[in-house]
Amino acid sequence: MITLESFLTVDPHDAGCERTLELLHVFVEDVLAGREPDPAIVAHLRACPPCAEDFDALLGAWR
Amino acid sequence: MLLETEPVDWPRALTSRECDAAYAQLHALLLRFARRELGRRAWIGGPELDDLAHQATADALVSIRRRLPEFRGESRFLTWTYKFVLFEVAKKYGRHFWHGPHTPMDAEDWDQLPDRFGLDPTQESESRELLAALRCAVDEVLTEQQRRVFVARILNDIPLDALVEELGSSRNAIYKTLYDARRKLRERLVAVGHLDEQ
Repeated sequence: MITLESFLTVDPHDAGCERTLELLHVFVEDVLAGREPDPAIVAHLRACPPCAEDFDALLGAWR
Repeated sequence: MLLETEPVDWPRALTSRECDAAYAQLHALLLRFARRELGRRAWIGGPELDDLAHQATADALVSIRRRLPEFRGESRFLTWTYKFVLFEVAKKYGRHFWHGPHTPMDAEDWDQLPDRFGLDPTQESESRELLAALRCAVDEVLTEQQRRVFVARILNDIPLDALVEELGSSRNAIYKTLYDARRKLRERLVAVGHLDEQ
């Protein structure tokens, strides 16, 4: 469960939903191939449950 | 797992003379994914879910057909196409959400917050003070739009995609509004001594 403090703590490197969704297919392939994933997208997925669910769904299609 | 391998050269198959068969095969894969995604998100089931899954798949295929020349092979083709299904499922779900039982967008149920953020009931007095300070900050430092989004997302647990639909906005714009609200609330709580500096 997320604490109030961590919810209120923003990451300035957060890629945002638009860039994350634009690059999600590439990000998923990076994760599947064990390549270093884009840290800005990692930061965003930590803070945005809907985008994180989309990532899980896309990853789950191949696992 | 929905996909084990990708034996088909999809871009070529979808632009060949036999493209109808390739599109039919792709449609079947996308539909299976759409059904799974809608089933995971919503309380709906049966024919209603199936209808939304068909709509999402059809709309995704229209986008895929239009944007096929943009595919650069940065990922496997099916990973790229599944993303279009996710966009359409999000839209359909966001629209459909308002037809089911839900908390009104502007209700303010502050009693949900301790559970949502795991505030320790044994430290009741401290938690109560923190929540009072947060509530005060929501009233004093947020703009009208930031407050509206905070109340809908955090107090009323309205899904982001439903909010996108209701406000005629985008995921990114609403996320950014909430991002700015989070930053401002934290700054205020630090200033009044309820949170430590990062």
